[in-house]
Amino acid sequence: MDKIQLGEFIKTLDKDLEIKEGKQFTEVMVPPAKLYSLARQLREREESQFDFLFCLSGVDYGPDLGVVYHIRSTRFDHVIVLKTRTSDREHPQLDSVSDIWRTADFHEREVYDLLGIKFANHPDLRRLFLDNSWGFPLRKDYVDDINIVTK
Amino acid sequence: MEKNILKVISDEQQEYVINMGPQHPSTHGVLRLVVSLKGETVKSVEPHIGYIHRGIEKMCESITYQQIIHLTDRMDYLSAHINNEAVCLTVEKALEIEIPDRIKVIRTIMSELTRIQSHQLWWASFGMDLGGLTCFFYGLRDREKILDIFEETCGGRMLVSYNCPGGVMYDIHPNFQKRVKEFIKYFRKILPEYDQLLSGNVIFHERSKGIGRLKLEDAISYGITGPSARASGFSCDVRKHEPYSAYDKVNFKEILFTDGDTYHRYVARIDEMWESMNIIEQLIDNIPEGPYAVKMKPVIKLPEGEYYQRVESARGELGVYIISDGNKNPYRVKFRTPSFVNLSVLNEIAKGFKIADLVAIGASLDLVIPDIDR
Repeated sequence: MDKIQLGEFIKTLDKDLEIKEGKQFTEVMVPPAKLYSLARQLREREESQFDFLFCLSGVDYGPDLGVVYHIRSTRFDHVIVLKTRTSDREHPQLDSVSDIWRTADFHEREVYDLLGIKFANHPDLRRLFLDNSWGFPLRKDYVDDINIVTK
Repeated sequence: MEKNILKVISDEQQEYVINMGPQHPSTHGVLRLVVSLKGETVKSVEPHIGYIHRGIEKMCESITYQQIIHLTDRMDYLSAHINNEAVCLTVEKALEIEIPDRIKVIRTIMSELTRIQSHQLWWASFGMDLGGLTCFFYGLRDREKILDIFEETCGGRMLVSYNCPGGVMYDIHPNFQKRVKEFIKYFRKILPEYDQLLSGNVIFHERSKGIGRLKLEDAISYGITGPSARASGFSCDVRKHEPYSAYDKVNFKEILFTDGDTYHRYVARIDEMWESMNIIEQLIDNIPEGPYAVKMKPVIKLPEGEYYQRVESARGELGVYIISDGNKNPYRVKFRTPSFVNLSVLNEIAKGFKIADLVAIGASLDLVIPDIDR
């Protein structure tokens, strides 16, 4: 499917979703509550078969925290980008997709470690690189007087 | 009265937990594996990483795009040139700059030389991990010849930093073509010796065939890429699927196997070295004339938006995801590094094998620790 067909396909799954045609990929803005069911449908539907999650990145968008999923189908070679945001900075929580794509296990641990987003139903959510004395360094409001030099 | 009751623990219940690393010769860096054993059989492997986490992604948010390139050298130091190229391609894609053919060809040749030297070092250390110390000397001896070519043209040997947005830093050295051709001629003669030394060795076959089998659906689900995935039949070569630089102009075949065991991950890399030499031979006599770099503004500002570029590094798919807010620093940079993802499958494929096999399996995944930790 090309970018336009993918957009139409997403509309048939859920017509309320906001779809943006980026320069490279079709981007879908998904509310956190709908993320897991949409991901599962994209993985399992015959027409889409998105079976390869090749990048999962956490982003601090300012007030919101978000996660971006880049997913490809190895059979059809089409790519879609799912974006989800949460405005809760104190206890951000999203659903884990690690039972759909196993690679999400490590990626979600990384996002939890560096941005503090918790993933519900993750099999083993622990910090990956840093120990518990650290804050969440990839957040924009992270302060480290010793190691970050501001000009 | 109950006294002196000895609890008899059956073999079934006994489980040892041992630490492999962080300082261990077979982990090739500071990687700590917590291994649960029953006898000598591995029950589970849990990687503990982060010993050399430098926060490269955070650092990138406060520096310019030209400076980012020098940090990417330090991720996967064995495919430094390919990492540089990934960032440059992303920046060029964002600015919509047309790159002349000369630059594309130079980049492709350098990338393939990088791939060969990376696989040579992998072969050297793979042999050493399995007890064949001779391999280490053979591999490093031949790798030195490529590093000398790099030194002449780039100034650096390992962390070359040869790419810059819009081209390469300097033109190629006048000796470059001659020396690359000499190397190819030499290495075509030497590579069969690698096979004689290790690939045909009976002990090596016993230790690698059928060990650590990775199924195709697991490879895709775990996101494994590179030669490790292609040994399982997962066609994931970015050079074929989404050609960048000059890869659309050359003929080469994607190395695919179906067995997915340690032996085939080994053979996939050996065959890739042959293919890399084919690619270089097709290009080395046809480097087009022209400038070696496009004139760029001293301060690069990417237009607001998001850019994703993937390249095939020696270990697999390297993705660069840049979110720009229009400033001279990126808003967020994410590196999808192949070793980080490939490590996650270790527990799945090492389960049920002996602890000595864990060393072979780990080596066949070709992990580079700074690439995992970033």
